[in-house]
This record gives sequence, structure tokens and C-alpha cells, in this order.
Amino acid sequence: MIREFSINEVLFLVQALRWTVLLALIAFACGGLTGLGIAILRVSEARLFRALAVGYIKIFQGTPLLMQLYLLHFGSSLVGIEANAWLSAALALTLYSSAFLSEIWRGCIQAVPRGQWDGAHALGLSHFQQLRLVILPQAVRIAIPPTVGFLVQILKGTSLASIIGFTELTRAAQMVNNATFRPLIVYALVAGLYFSLCWPLSLLSQRLERRLDWEQLHTFKVSVQ
Amino acid sequence: MTYVFQFGAVWQEFDQLLLGAWLTVRLSVMAMVLGLAVGILCAVGKTSPSRAMRGLIQGYIEAIRNTPFLVQLLLIYLGLPAFGLRLTPDQAALLAMVVNLGAYATEIVRAGIEAVPHGQVEAGRALGLKPWHIFRFIVLMPALRTIFPALGSQFILIMLASSVVSVISAEELTAVADTIVARNFRSFEFYLTITAMYLGLSLAFQATFALIDRTLFSRWSDRR
Repeated sequence: MIREFSINEVLFLVQALRWTVLLALIAFACGGLTGLGIAILRVSEARLFRALAVGYIKIFQGTPLLMQLYLLHFGSSLVGIEANAWLSAALALTLYSSAFLSEIWRGCIQAVPRGQWDGAHALGLSHFQQLRLVILPQAVRIAIPPTVGFLVQILKGTSLASIIGFTELTRAAQMVNNATFRPLIVYALVAGLYFSLCWPLSLLSQRLERRLDWEQLHTFKVSVQ
Repeated sequence: MTYVFQFGAVWQEFDQLLLGAWLTVRLSVMAMVLGLAVGILCAVGKTSPSRAMRGLIQGYIEAIRNTPFLVQLLLIYLGLPAFGLRLTPDQAALLAMVVNLGAYATEIVRAGIEAVPHGQVEAGRALGLKPWHIFRFIVLMPALRTIFPALGSQFILIMLASSVVSVISAEELTAVADTIVARNFRSFEFYLTITAMYLGLSLAFQATFALIDRTLFSRWSDRR
């Protein structure tokens, strides 16, 4: 029985958008926290910590997100937890985001001029105090534009959760398509919905980046005078 | 834990996994070459005086970069037949990868072209080089060399994204594993193995790109 593609189907898809957004927010929040930890390990003084962080990043950046999803999904039952699409999707996206965010933030930490570390060191601060009180507050400003940009990657990444049966936007589209068999209109609409979420974030990220460039240029001029 | 791992099952089917990995490599390399070509064409198109042309290319870039690869793939595979264009899974997979990579490559190549100092182009003109030679030797090759590291990471991202084309059952590595797992239910062993294979592929591609960077681009080198 083929159903007509009507306003009900459109509403169903729009409603599915909230699971996409929620999943992305969870992945961003948890991935951000983990990623911060990894980034701190990555710039740590201990070689072992740095090596661990590099290994973590290499593994999660060097394997497909889909495989991370599959392994967590099929692996969770091995440790006695019943496979749950919510849990697997949230966990996989968290790990994936943490690896990328930590690399982005490491770049931002290293973009803070070396003299700031030396100055903080001269004030008698410990490595962790230097990082927390002097470096991170400055790194955060540089980090905001690329972090907003990465949110777009997370939002797009949530679409893969549909493959393990998590009902977000893409899975909802498959369900609607199975009932109406109008793939072109269904997927074009879904692409439009993703676009309406991601494009404003992309634009925001670009704008913040331009403003940061301008500010840095400006501060530089002032400090030269 | 009562689960008994049986990697012997993986070993039995290993030749099939290798065939799947080979298709992943072929698909990825073709997507890289064609995607870079699309990227160069669009990057050049973006310097065109025609506003419509620039707008069209910008629209393509924004549309691709702000929608998931999976949706692009499904739109191409399931949506295009409405226009009378019916593609096999492999063709649809390749097309989706090229279209996706092309958008990212355009932005990367454009950045490289913009980084070429204008004085060099003027110097080329002063030497009486033909426009095509100026573009090829003074703009494109140095630009490609500058952006090659960024291009390399984008290439690896599209190779990893190729696992997604298993949903339309293009017979690459992930799809091969899916088929086998549907038969013997050893999902964890198989997915762990092919995850390791993907990791190996990324490292191999990384090493290859480093080699290309050292050999092919060394004669354009003023980098050091």
C-alpha cells in the first residue's frame, strides 16, 4: 500500500529533526569534555600521556565513524549491556567528536605564543596552572570559530546513527520513503532540513573567524605602536 | 563475559575481505582523482568574472558541505532515477564521493591559488609565457604543492566515508563484511577486523601522500 506524500509526512520529518539535534548536542557536550581532557594530555609534559593522546586521536580519526558505531553497537552486548541504538550512537559520536575536537583545540593551545608559557613559568606557576590560568583563556578565543564549524560535522555525522536503527532525521526519511516511495522529494526535503541547521552554523563560524583575524591584526598593530 | 571470540571465521573469509578492501581502494583513488579535477575546475570557475557562475559554484559548495554524505548518496542513488538516470550501486557510490569531495577540494584549491603572489603571475607575463603556461606552472602547481597536506587529509576523510556506501550495497569493504555477518553472525570479530583494515588503509594513504609530496612536488620546491 503506497501512501501519498502529504503535509503529515513533512511534519513527521520535521519532528524527527529534534532527535538529530539532541543527539548532536549530547555528542558535542560529552565529546567536548572528553576532547578537552585529551587535548590537555596531548600538550602534557609527560611523554607517555602525549603518546596515549596521539594514539587515541590516530585511531578515531583513522577509522570510519560507521565502524565505530558498529563496534559499539555490536560490542555492547558482549559486555552484557543490551544493544541500544541511543547509547551506541551517543557514545560513538562522543568518542569521534572528542578525537577531532582535541586536535582542533591542541592547535589553538599551540597557537598561543610561546612567550605566554615562559611568562607564566617565570611567575612560578606550575605546568597545569600555566595552562589553566594563562594559556586556556587565550586559546578559547581562537578555538570558538573552528569549534562552531565542527558542530556542523557532528550534525552531519548523526545521520549515520540511522544505519544502526536510531530514528533521527535520515531514518525517518527512510521510513517515509518506504511508505510513499517518493525518494527524490523525501531526500531533497531532508537535505534541506539538514542544510537549514548546518548553514547558519557554517556562516557563524566564518564570521567569527573573520572577526578574530581582524582583532588579532588590530591587537598586533596596537602592540607594535 | 561468556562470549567466545572466533577470529577463525574471519580468517576463512579473509580473501573476500581483501577483495572488498581492493574495491574501497579503487573507489577512493578514482574519487580522489576525479574530485580533485572537479575541485580545480570549480576553483578556476570561482575566479571567473561571471557572477552567475561564481554564485552557482558557491551554491554547490555550500549545499554539499552543509548536508550529510549519507543523504547525498541516497539522493543520488534513489532520487536520480526520477530523471531517468539509473545508476548501479558502484556508479552511484563513485558519483556521490566525487560530488562530495569536489566541493571540499574546491575550497582547498581556491585557498592555494589565492596564496600565489600576484607578482609571480606578472613576472610570468613579463617573460612572455602563454596564459595556459602561466596557469599551469606559476599558479596551479605551486598552489597544489602548498595545499597538498590539506588535500591529503580530505582524501583520507572521503576514503573513510566510503564505508557509508555499503548502505546501497556497493560491494566495498563494509558491504562485504555486512554480507558475511548476515550469514554467520560474527559481527564483532568482522567489524573489528575491517576497522583495523581501514586504519591500515588510512596509514598507507598517509604514507603514499607523504611520498608524493617529497618526490612529485620536490622540483617545484621553494618550500625549503
